[in-house]
Amino acid sequence: MNKKKVISLVVRYSVYGLVALFFFWAIRNHYFDYIFTESSTFWHLIKQHLQLVLVSSVLALLIAIPGGILVTRKSFRRAEWVVSNTVNLGQTIPSLAVLALMISILGIGFKTAVFALFIYSLLPMYRNTVAGIDSIDENLIDAARGMGMKPVQILFRIELPNAAYSILAGVRTAIVLNIGTAALAYVVGGGGLGVWIFTGIQLFDNGYLISGAIPVTLLAIFVDYLLRLLERLIVPEGSKPPQEM
Amino acid sequence: MITFDKTTKTYEGNVTAVKGVDFTVEKGEIVVLLGPSGCGKTTLLRMVNRLESISEGKITIDGQDSMSLNQTALRRKIGYVIQSNGLFPNMTIEENTMIVPDLLGWSKKEKKERFHKLMEMIGLSGEKFGKRYPHELSGGQQQRIGVIRALAADPPVMLMDEPFGALDPIIREKIQDEFLQIQKEVKKTILFVSHDIDEAIKMADKIVLLRGGELMQYDTPSEMLVRPKNEFVREFFGKDRAIKSLSLHTIEDLRDMIGLAEFDDAIADTKTINVNHDLRNTLSMLLNQEADQVIVSDDDGNKLGAITIDIVQQYLHYEIKAKPAPVLEGV
Amino acid sequence: MEKWMKFLEVNSSRIFDLTIEHAILVGLAILVALLIGVPLGIYLTTNDYLAETVLQIASVMLTIPSIALFGVMIPVFSIVNQGIGFVPAFVALVLYAQLPIIRNTYTAIRNVNPQMRDAAIGLGMKPIQRLFRVEIPNAFPVIMAGIRTAVVINIGIGVIAAYIGAGGLGVLITQGISRGDNYLIITGSVAVAILAMIADGILLWIQKRFTPKSIAN
Repeated sequence: MNKKKVISLVVRYSVYGLVALFFFWAIRNHYFDYIFTESSTFWHLIKQHLQLVLVSSVLALLIAIPGGILVTRKSFRRAEWVVSNTVNLGQTIPSLAVLALMISILGIGFKTAVFALFIYSLLPMYRNTVAGIDSIDENLIDAARGMGMKPVQILFRIELPNAAYSILAGVRTAIVLNIGTAALAYVVGGGGLGVWIFTGIQLFDNGYLISGAIPVTLLAIFVDYLLRLLERLIVPEGSKPPQEM
Repeated sequence: MITFDKTTKTYEGNVTAVKGVDFTVEKGEIVVLLGPSGCGKTTLLRMVNRLESISEGKITIDGQDSMSLNQTALRRKIGYVIQSNGLFPNMTIEENTMIVPDLLGWSKKEKKERFHKLMEMIGLSGEKFGKRYPHELSGGQQQRIGVIRALAADPPVMLMDEPFGALDPIIREKIQDEFLQIQKEVKKTILFVSHDIDEAIKMADKIVLLRGGELMQYDTPSEMLVRPKNEFVREFFGKDRAIKSLSLHTIEDLRDMIGLAEFDDAIADTKTINVNHDLRNTLSMLLNQEADQVIVSDDDGNKLGAITIDIVQQYLHYEIKAKPAPVLEGV
Repeated sequence: MEKWMKFLEVNSSRIFDLTIEHAILVGLAILVALLIGVPLGIYLTTNDYLAETVLQIASVMLTIPSIALFGVMIPVFSIVNQGIGFVPAFVALVLYAQLPIIRNTYTAIRNVNPQMRDAAIGLGMKPIQRLFRVEIPNAFPVIMAGIRTAVVINIGIGVIAAYIGAGGLGVLITQGISRGDNYLIITGSVAVAILAMIADGILLWIQKRFTPKSIAN
């Protein structure tokens, strides 16, 4: 084994060690106890959290991807500039603000949170759809038209399969981000695991803090992993980027 | 087969890319559209399958005005090959090749048979390459797949936009030869865009020389080399156009005309060359070797005589420079 | 609208102070993140195994929800009596900035045209000269792009830091939420957006100014 490999392994296992140490410390201090002593609340919060993410993400998916496809059609090219700039501007507005502003429109509750999360998930999905379709070599489209493919056939056989990698990466980014932002849903009364995190902060109760924060983190990492697997399954073999990190 | 009738292309802002071009491509011919960049050759080509609209005049294919035909149906009857091969990265080689038959609703069995037949034509194994993806093939292989993809549904007409332009010279030459071989078999009506004079002379039955969207001359390669219609054509083919024209003649032609020299057995390592070889390559062979002569043999290996630089020069003088009307048949 | 102007007039000095606070928090975090991330990114180009490990760790780090990371930081830093306030927020922001900076530095240096590198070796440049005269100048635009991403991400996440007492523009928003005051929320959001755009604009200017002309697209 060479020296470089050893360094890499040392770093990797030190990080594992740190994580293990953290869990050991947290368990010794009974920081995870609420998950078991208040398990029905815990599962209820998890369920709420997943509902927030699922409903808002699916809605965003249904709007953002067709929207991105529409904007890349020839007759809408001019609109792309406007839409893309609006989207980029939207990106700089903090997620917390989007949630907060929804209160004045929709009041407090689950619906408000879902709507805010939906708005916030549109951006990455839309952007990656447009970027994915735009990045397709124009010669391919030319070749497809030249051999007599209709626009719909070009979309489904050429554009979407070749943009799939980028689109799915956008969907993954959006959903993972969404899991995190959903933890803020507490501030608009939307429930979710954020309830325990904020309770923890307000009461200086490390138990609530950790029992809320760690499950959210694990959920985000797990979903990210799951969606990466899905990407590998869906994206056509030939249009994957040369090396996967 | 394809007739251009005062075909004109004007873009917004009054830029005219193609100006009233008239010519007819006969069935089974390769016509090369040649000219400097920006001369409108690609635009003209793309007007045939209506990737570019026609501003004035018309193009008729098999007697039918192309504008009166259904656009999709028209394109599916015209094979289209582009420089950057245009293979779809998300599809395997087999899927890529069979895309037009697939659009036309061929059965699985028909597609499979056709794929293997086409692969055989370019000397690649259908079994081995069928399931691979474009990026796993070399540039030359990809381009050949691009060509057979255009041939897949057996369209009567092919449009080729600098199909071999991105390849390195040695591979390009090989693929040109291979394509000419295929053409002998399939006899398609082909419009072929090129900016390479050598390629045009080699591939073309006739050349359309364009400049600024206008047709300068439409003729056979040898006619164009020997009797350029105007100064532009003369300059375009260059001072060495006489030597270029040598590639249109074989040793056989020279032998018929002025005969070969006696060969000298004393020179031990003299190379041998087939009588069907073209004179341009023969000349470069003579120039590149130490000996003054190369032995000429027929297909059975019988030595027919020797060829020297002197003889080639003589032939050049009589046949190409001095002769009023060059023989074109059998070129 | 008139009420708005009045509101801004009354609160202008406070808004200004909070903006400065926000900028300092993010600026310091980015500075430290740069001091770690750029050298690390450069070093990673010499060790592929470590590169894979570090990039994996950094990318997992970025998936951790911000409020959760802040939440975890509190008990951890209360061990050293710094549970609430600047320190946990600062550390979290440094961590979040790592992935874009390391990844972009690493890929940019790695993608420097190998022929250019060969030419530099051929000219007899020492590795350190090569790094500063050839590799970094050519990788500069991509590294800067990574820094810009990190800055925009951090300005956004910095808002959440208000909940753990780190101050900044998030204070306006959180107060607005608890008081039901839309003026506060909107002012806070607009200020954050403007701060992000200004920061990005300045960095873009630096990127363009110091990118060798011949490689700027």
